[in-house]
Amino acid sequence: MSDATANQLLTTADGKPLKSALARAERRARHRAFLLVLPLLAFILITFVTPIAQMLHQSVYNEGFTMHTEIGSGERTPIMVNIKEWFDQNPAGTEPDEAAFAALAEDMKTLRELRAAGSAGTRINYERSGTRSMFTKAARNANKLEPPFKEAFIDLDEDWTDPALWRVMRDASSAYTMNFYLAAIDLTKSPDGDITSVAQNRQVYVTLFQRTLFLSVLITFLTFALGYPVAHLLATLPLRYSNLLMILVLLPFWTSLLVRTTSWMVLLQSQGVINDALVGVGLLGDENRLQMMYNQIGTVVAMTHILLPFMVLPLYSVMRPINPSYVRAARSLGATSWTAFWRIYFPQTIPGIGAGALLVFILSVGYYITPALVGGASGQLISNLIAFHMQNSLNWSLAAALAALLLGGVLILYWLYDRLVGIDNLKLG
Amino acid sequence: MAASQTSDAFVEFDRVQKSYDGETLVVKDLNLTMPRGEFLTMLGPSGSGKTTCLMMLAGFETATHGDIRLGGKSINNIPPHKRGIGMVFQNYALFPHMTIEENLSFPLEVRSIGKSDREAKVKRALEMVEMGSFGKRRPAQLSGGQQQRVALARALVFEPELVLMDEPLGALDKQLREKMQFEITHLAHSLGITVVYVTHDQTEALTMSDRVAVFDDGVIQQLDTPDKLYEEPMNSFVAQFIGENNTLEGVVKEIKNGVALVQLDEGEVIDCNPVNVSKAGERTRVSIRPERVEFNKARLQEGAHTLKAEVLEFIYMGDIFRTRLRVAGNDEFVVKTRNAPDQKRLQPGEHIEIGWLPEDCRALDA
Amino acid sequence: MKLKSVLMATALSGVALGAQAQEVTVMSWGGAYTKSQVEAYHKPFTAETGIKINSVDADNPATPIKAQVEAGNVSIDVADVEFSDAVRLCDEGLIEPIDLSMLPAAPDGTPATEDFIEGALQDCAVGSIVWSTIYAYNSSNVDGTPTTIGDFFDTEKFPGKRGVRKSAKATLEMALMADGVPAGEVYDVLDTPEGVDRAFAVLDRIKDDIVWWEAGAQPPQLLADGEVVMATAYNGRIFNAAVAENQPLEVVWDGQILDFDLFVVPKGAPNKDNAMKFIAFSTDTQRLADQASWISYGPARKSSGELVGLFMDGKTQMGPHMPTAAANLENALVNNFEFWVDKDAELNERFNAWLAN
Repeated sequence: MSDATANQLLTTADGKPLKSALARAERRARHRAFLLVLPLLAFILITFVTPIAQMLHQSVYNEGFTMHTEIGSGERTPIMVNIKEWFDQNPAGTEPDEAAFAALAEDMKTLRELRAAGSAGTRINYERSGTRSMFTKAARNANKLEPPFKEAFIDLDEDWTDPALWRVMRDASSAYTMNFYLAAIDLTKSPDGDITSVAQNRQVYVTLFQRTLFLSVLITFLTFALGYPVAHLLATLPLRYSNLLMILVLLPFWTSLLVRTTSWMVLLQSQGVINDALVGVGLLGDENRLQMMYNQIGTVVAMTHILLPFMVLPLYSVMRPINPSYVRAARSLGATSWTAFWRIYFPQTIPGIGAGALLVFILSVGYYITPALVGGASGQLISNLIAFHMQNSLNWSLAAALAALLLGGVLILYWLYDRLVGIDNLKLG
Repeated sequence: MAASQTSDAFVEFDRVQKSYDGETLVVKDLNLTMPRGEFLTMLGPSGSGKTTCLMMLAGFETATHGDIRLGGKSINNIPPHKRGIGMVFQNYALFPHMTIEENLSFPLEVRSIGKSDREAKVKRALEMVEMGSFGKRRPAQLSGGQQQRVALARALVFEPELVLMDEPLGALDKQLREKMQFEITHLAHSLGITVVYVTHDQTEALTMSDRVAVFDDGVIQQLDTPDKLYEEPMNSFVAQFIGENNTLEGVVKEIKNGVALVQLDEGEVIDCNPVNVSKAGERTRVSIRPERVEFNKARLQEGAHTLKAEVLEFIYMGDIFRTRLRVAGNDEFVVKTRNAPDQKRLQPGEHIEIGWLPEDCRALDA
Repeated sequence: MKLKSVLMATALSGVALGAQAQEVTVMSWGGAYTKSQVEAYHKPFTAETGIKINSVDADNPATPIKAQVEAGNVSIDVADVEFSDAVRLCDEGLIEPIDLSMLPAAPDGTPATEDFIEGALQDCAVGSIVWSTIYAYNSSNVDGTPTTIGDFFDTEKFPGKRGVRKSAKATLEMALMADGVPAGEVYDVLDTPEGVDRAFAVLDRIKDDIVWWEAGAQPPQLLADGEVVMATAYNGRIFNAAVAENQPLEVVWDGQILDFDLFVVPKGAPNKDNAMKFIAFSTDTQRLADQASWISYGPARKSSGELVGLFMDGKTQMGPHMPTAAANLENALVNNFEFWVDKDAELNERFNAWLAN
């Protein structure tokens, strides 16, 4: 039978190959099915895949020192082309000679015409602080620069001979760079190109990554510890009561995040409800009010509350169908109520725990508004620094590198989860 | 093993009452004693209180009033895991995250039995239910019948003296159910264990049990051996619930020499066995089993009352014939006859006369 | 297309047709400050030209400009930004150059270029107010009277929480002045690594007592709630809380840091011509003086000074509440924008690291 099919193709009644007939018959249905998912596919591509790809690209690509884009017309002009040529001809570490400064002077004229000194200087300033004004100043005076150029530049600012500056310019003369990733893990390049740690008093990102990780794990654990009994209660109550309680669990979803966070501020602040109550009943002296906000406690408390439903819902959906007879069976077989819970009930809820923990952890790793409002200085997470670089310092490449590291971390976690628990064991609802 | 002590009460319900809401009683004044080694079935419609009784015995429900004793000791305050009662659940309740072996090993582990001992017992229990080669599988990979056997083995593996079964065969198809009925009874008797079995299937109850307790409305209506239950139902609920039954309604005219004369509502008079009636003038419901109805006059006693009947339907069922008649205004009067070579096949529209032995016609409560 | 050319013609000729479609979106800092602009600029402007003004707020209006311009989706026509931001945005080509000759002359005929305080006119920005970062305290929660910038950093003398803006700018300068550095030398000291260490060492003294704020409306609130006993703040906000809302808040002028706010027009603003008209209108002598009766920020035109009178309550003289009043300038620092354009990244990085550890 198998020989027959292998050697001689099956045909339809009128002698056409069966396979192509089948393909033709099903093509129409396939096309229609594809048309149905097309809007979603386009939506995901445009709103999800593209921005992430753009972000990843931005983390390794910054053309501030190589290309000028005229705002409005969108006209693109290469800049710093002469100094780039000099860099290409001379190996790294070469002392900048008169030719180098001449090239730089030429480029400064272009910067002046294009009004691009600011953005070019900003790119260098990211890695070598205090250099931005050297560029704007040099560009302003570009037309007055005369040979010998080296001396002319030194007249403007003696830092122009700084080898570290030249190292940064060499790196920046190529738009592609890994330096933002180095910066994102508190590393930098020394003037001779070795990778070293940044000064102790400027190290911040590794600490924040660690803190984000620690607080996220803590919050995940707290939502689990608080949510598990709630979900169990919901799952075992008769439906009409559990539906009512479910509304209470979902209620936070229906109020704005800001409102919820602000209510925590009202409760937690040192002149707030909780402190007032403690002072009122005499548990606390007026001068010893607890500091529960503008620190990690505030972040942990508010985020645990806000993320709790994300833990309760998957747990509930896993617990609801667990037949009470499993626990009864275990009890009748001689297990104490604890053993019955731990050996029989708990293992069956693991898919829900996994889903809830993964959800809460991923959400808290990227949380931003709540820590910004109630976290003070010690309750800040890495996303607050990403926001800082997006909005205040405007160093988008560094923000992108930080975000990419965060994304990578979450993906690794997801992969680990898949290896350890199995992603098909994930139950979201 | 304990067959010699049959006279001792092993399981006892002493004036047990149960209420969930404090307003109505689900179980009303239950008294029941079971000797060791007995296979007792609690039979009844749903809501009759039979499962509640089982759950009180297992320890998952507490009795509102009264005493439940096991081996002479009150177990009211003993938690389920210390009662040492094996239990088989309706949905088997095999732990889905454990293999078959782990499921069986569980009751032994919580009893801190050593590993080698455990393995031997698990193996023996699986072989007992002919599931020896399935130990490494998970419950979801087994068929319903196989899961049932595993559930049975798990309830037996720690050698309990008492095993409770809550409608364990409900989810199986008919053929498998009959096979399992036989196997369970066989196992129970060969191991000498005491079994309390709950079902709403009367055939199951009759074929498996030593005794059957028929429950209705929180009360045991009759507690008897299967044959007595079928042949000598003590009230009309039991008569209706167990087996097929024809009823005719009427009033007792007189009771004489152990025979009650009953005048049916249509006017005819018949002879009956006064089971649940005591004096003339009482209303009664008369019960006759379909296979005890006779329409061959030659086989009836001299002077027996007969009734006129019209054949409405004749159904050929292979081993038996089932004939539906109109008798004294009752259109659902059924007669069952054996498919024998000389057996007459009645035709619809035929008018015949039927009768029966007075002891087969039981006058019960109305 | 037709409508657009009509609008262009209208704008160019400077004739207001009162067309409904005309509007300008102005972004500012919110709170009492935006209110002062609405009263002094927006309402008279709409009354005179018929051009509707959409007023929107941001924690720092410079922030959305870069995002909007780079995304090519500009919705803001005029933004009120700080000096250093104006310079940086201009250098990066993110805002439009402004033709300074369109600005009206002072009443006595002095050309605008001479009437504005030095630095208030830039290639791409027109100054409107002089404001200052000061610190204020809640007199009902503080024992004694803080008088110097040093008192702010002295929690032994004046126990209690301090509210500080979560930014290196202004914070580091104040720390150095509190440590005895004269105003004139602050930026020279801060330009050296030792100076930066010194500033952070001062901040370390009160680090555990700091409640950080980000929006200008927060410090008066924190002070009024009793969450902090002293807070750095924009002087106008404190003035409003104290005078208009009768909060027991007092300003300490010692160690104040003066700064300009300037109007800028983002590149590609949808109503660029109306935006320019709005800027010219709002920065004339009378309007700038009018704004000072709504909030205690000093006008950026010299000629406006004489016109500043009473606050809106009709009894408070605005003069002493101006950052530019002689008595308030005894120990005052003028913000060095060039220093911050250069050092912003480095010092904020250091500041963030200090915060996180």
